[in-house]
Amino acid sequence: MTLTAGCDVGSLTSKVVIMRQRRIVGASVIKSRVKPGESAEQALQQALADAGADRGDIAACVGTGYGRERIPFVDATRSEIACHGRGARWLLPSARTVIDIGGQDCKAMRIDARGKVEKFLTNDKCASGTGRFLEVMARVLDVDMADLGGFSRVSRTPIRLASTCTVWAQADVIKYLNTGTPVEDIGAGVNAAMAHRVAILVNAVKPRREVVMTGGVAKNAGVVATLEKLLNRRIRNVRKADPQLAGAIGAALLAEDERNGGN
Amino acid sequence: MRVAGCDVGSLTAKAVILEGTTIISQAVMRALTRPAESAEAVLQQALDQAGLTRGHIAYCMGTGYGKDQIAFADGVTSEIACHARGAWWHAPGTRTVIDIGGQDAKAIRLDGDGRVIRYAYNDKCASGTGRFLEIMAEALEVELEAMGNFGAQAQETLSISNQCVIFAETEVVSLVNEGRAVPDIVAALHRAMANRVAALARGIGIADDVTMTGGVAKNSGVFTALADGLGTVLKALDGIDPQVNGALGAALLAAEAVSKGSPGR
Repeated sequence: MTLTAGCDVGSLTSKVVIMRQRRIVGASVIKSRVKPGESAEQALQQALADAGADRGDIAACVGTGYGRERIPFVDATRSEIACHGRGARWLLPSARTVIDIGGQDCKAMRIDARGKVEKFLTNDKCASGTGRFLEVMARVLDVDMADLGGFSRVSRTPIRLASTCTVWAQADVIKYLNTGTPVEDIGAGVNAAMAHRVAILVNAVKPRREVVMTGGVAKNAGVVATLEKLLNRRIRNVRKADPQLAGAIGAALLAEDERNGGN
Repeated sequence: MRVAGCDVGSLTAKAVILEGTTIISQAVMRALTRPAESAEAVLQQALDQAGLTRGHIAYCMGTGYGKDQIAFADGVTSEIACHARGAWWHAPGTRTVIDIGGQDAKAIRLDGDGRVIRYAYNDKCASGTGRFLEIMAEALEVELEAMGNFGAQAQETLSISNQCVIFAETEVVSLVNEGRAVPDIVAALHRAMANRVAALARGIGIADDVTMTGGVAKNSGVFTALADGLGTVLKALDGIDPQVNGALGAALLAAEAVSKGSPGR
């Protein structure tokens, strides 16, 4: 059995995708550990178990993500842009704009029909508009990150956060909690604030259809809905695989290219 | 004649009472929920200290983010004008004022007559404000007031690469986990803070003398790092808490308002 693997070691989660002939046969998403090398190892083991494969079956493996230089078992490393662009096109071949929100950054890119990146912008300097913003707010609200998205659907009067800065917004959220504002209204406001921040980055790459969203935040329906309004474009749902796996999928596809000696 | 200045900030409220050109009372307190209550309480504190009542004050000038809610203010004016005025009164050679408060940082350029030429202001991002130090003190489990002394004991030069408070906090936790010494981390935080504010100040052009005001001026680590970062000598306000500089400036402007014939109480 000849397989390829892609390993995406992020700041909050680590992902491994195992593919056979460009189809996913195993995958894993784990919470990142302190050392990127350990995260990669654990995610690989879990994905191998999921695929029912052995390490010896992996013909080529590409690493990506912020911890990519510290993955012991990869044959090559590639930039996150290259991997996310490639992964997004696999998830949705008609994708021309990719929004990827990671735990510690946010990327917006426009790709051509062949998946080549035409324009790329990233924010990894400020926590606002990254997964960390939502993580901080979920902790203050004492709710699960996965439940945050649902608040936008039930809230009728979302709060409006005045500050972009995560620190100031957190203080605002605490004030709202202390004055008895319903948690769904605060949560919905948090999702909207997140979307506003991301929209600035996305608009700067001049988005074209189809727009696809990858990364863990793509699962937050509240952020996605507000973002659609702000961009005035539909954001296509990805059903082929977990959108959080986009980078790892791209890496596994690039590993396949590598094995075949180029594209 | 006695006049008062009242600076209602988001974190603290400050009041200064002047008799002629002498500061007879100054008060600083943690802000209450409503700016109006903070103003009331801090002025009362300053009055009590001086053994005065409201009736003794000819004119009260309000400033700060809650200035429009100060019930007893006879006039209100901008924080920039107050900080410039306060620093100028202390050090008339001042051409640049750098004020770091709990939730903002300001850099103000003055001309040879103490008039404001231009200024830059950051209240959008917590980095480079007092909140940055507060959060880091919590993360390191060090008293905020002790940060300056801790930094002075640093032996190894570390650097904090993230400007964002949230990301820098994670970086600090990693440094602690790596077993780095707290004084070394504190000193690195002071440099990071100073660099951020120095960049703001450079945006308006720095001219000597540079005077540092605001609560963060009490942190000797940031004070020294900022002087290093700017490559100049920093002046401190002597004789008063640098945190009350805005209130002092408001009181001085109150006295001017009276001398120009503005109706007081």
